[in-house]
Amino acid sequence: MKLLFERSRPGRGMEYLPACNTPPAEFAPGQLRNAPPRLPELSEVDLDRHYTELGKQTHGVNDGFYPLGSCTMKYNPRVNEALAALPGFSELHPLQPAETVQGALEVLYRTEKLLCEITGMTGMTMQPAAGAHGEYTGLLLIRRYHQSRGDMARTKIIVPDSAHGTNPASAAMAGFTVVSVPSNAQGGVDLDALREAVGPDTAGLMLTNPNTLGLFDPNILEITRIVHEAGGLCYYDGANLNAVMGHARPGNMGFDCVHVNLHKTFSTPHGGGGPGSGPVGCKAFLEQFLPEPRVRCVDGEYRFFTPKHSLGRVRSFYGNFAVVVRALAYILSLGRGGIPEAAENAVLNANYLMNRLAGHYDMACGHSSCMHEFVIDLSRLKAETGVTAMDVAKRLLDFGIHPPTMYFPLIVHEALMVEPTETESPETLDKAAELFLQIWQEAHDDPELLHTAPHTTPIGRPDEVAAARKPVVRYSFES
Amino acid sequence: MNIPAELKYTKSHEWLKAEADGSYAIGLTDYAQKQLGDIVFINLPAEGDTVTAGEAMADVESVKAVSDVFSPVTGTIAAVNEDLMDEPQQMNQAPYDAWIAKIGDVTATEELLSAKEYETFCSSAKE
Repeated sequence: MKLLFERSRPGRGMEYLPACNTPPAEFAPGQLRNAPPRLPELSEVDLDRHYTELGKQTHGVNDGFYPLGSCTMKYNPRVNEALAALPGFSELHPLQPAETVQGALEVLYRTEKLLCEITGMTGMTMQPAAGAHGEYTGLLLIRRYHQSRGDMARTKIIVPDSAHGTNPASAAMAGFTVVSVPSNAQGGVDLDALREAVGPDTAGLMLTNPNTLGLFDPNILEITRIVHEAGGLCYYDGANLNAVMGHARPGNMGFDCVHVNLHKTFSTPHGGGGPGSGPVGCKAFLEQFLPEPRVRCVDGEYRFFTPKHSLGRVRSFYGNFAVVVRALAYILSLGRGGIPEAAENAVLNANYLMNRLAGHYDMACGHSSCMHEFVIDLSRLKAETGVTAMDVAKRLLDFGIHPPTMYFPLIVHEALMVEPTETESPETLDKAAELFLQIWQEAHDDPELLHTAPHTTPIGRPDEVAAARKPVVRYSFES
Repeated sequence: MNIPAELKYTKSHEWLKAEADGSYAIGLTDYAQKQLGDIVFINLPAEGDTVTAGEAMADVESVKAVSDVFSPVTGTIAAVNEDLMDEPQQMNQAPYDAWIAKIGDVTATEELLSAKEYETFCSSAKE
């Protein structure tokens, strides 16, 4: 399809601004540009059609199945949107005095209390704008804690080799050195390697549980004990909280701080539909370091306050507030019974789909059951047919299914990581299973069909290598 | 799989070659580049940087992932192959010519494998 610049015609632009009644300011020579910016000029209807056409070429959870592992692409209930759109929320100014926005403060306060209950923490900040931002904030808490005790030698963060790539990246950004510990044959943390890795330089451990293989680590209490005994703290990456919410709490597993992804677990828009939100919770001894402002309730009145040794702001104002409204709507809709039930159905759906595929596809580490997601290991299929995880993922696009996460976790070479979520029906899962099995058959009968997939999408297979090596990120007016 | 007999190897899939001037050239093995897929970017160390055996000295990005390149030796970066910035595909096309850095003043070495040992290590890793 054509770019806005290609649709542009001189003089066709829109001007909605009224005439300016302020005299123009005087500028010194050299302060003004010599030529106007070369912006595309389109009529409103052409602009509208351009974006509508773009929208038709995307795939969201509203279009079809979206089993993107570790991303929890669950359906986002419409009621969330209706509540976030209430004028009392949507027409606020972030600098309004607290007494005029008591309802908004109550939303922050109540969401914090509920998320603390779900995670087993005592305090939380709503500021971080996404998961990795939450990781970074949590690591700053860990750093402040060690510094406050005068323990400056703790410079290392331990991360399992199955971790999300953001974990080591966040640790490096927060000024730590990353130490990777290997997984054992079952895909959990290798306890001996962990015992060897910890020491007086250990600042902490970052872990997601269930891990990226969809496995609840049976040694979780031993893992956090080893780190604590070495003097380090334990950080829980909440990416996979959907599998355990309402059943098991990071706080009870021994974690000291945690981020949750409202855009994964708590049904707020995700990906291109964001923005995200990654609240960070902690146990009482870390609360004094949390970012400001926090909200407390004094005699029925909600007020902002700054924790005693706050590490300051990590984002402007109060984080992505409207996302917090959606998450609160979700938690209150599901209630005490619905939250664990959602986790149960997420695990049930993943196990159902995994077992429908297990007769043909190999599962990573030979697992026969999983939590909320599972990892297919396509090494054997590749060796037998030449068909790769990439080929299978691309072929799924032909059937209107968003591909699973590919080539992750890195410890599985031809990995497809599938997370169906609880909001999919048995019919959707059955249809997906049939298509997966059809693709398995195609791989054996006609591998070329898969090498060249997708065949029905607006664009085929883009040259990712050329795009990465020689990216074109600017419109060239000359051509 | 291409594993030249005259080179030394690490379990993290780097190759090591003794140069005439006493420094060591480091690169990624054929096995490593096959696992990574098309390499699209490399983050090189700077000349004069000190590197430690077993710790990251560079990172490479493929369409699949970003991966560390670990230094097999402790020493000082004597030279870096800046051609790889423009043509990272050299690491895919000729992995044993595409040296990443040369390291001098070597004071310690990681456990190194012979070509035969490395071949055994790779075939056991596959299973």
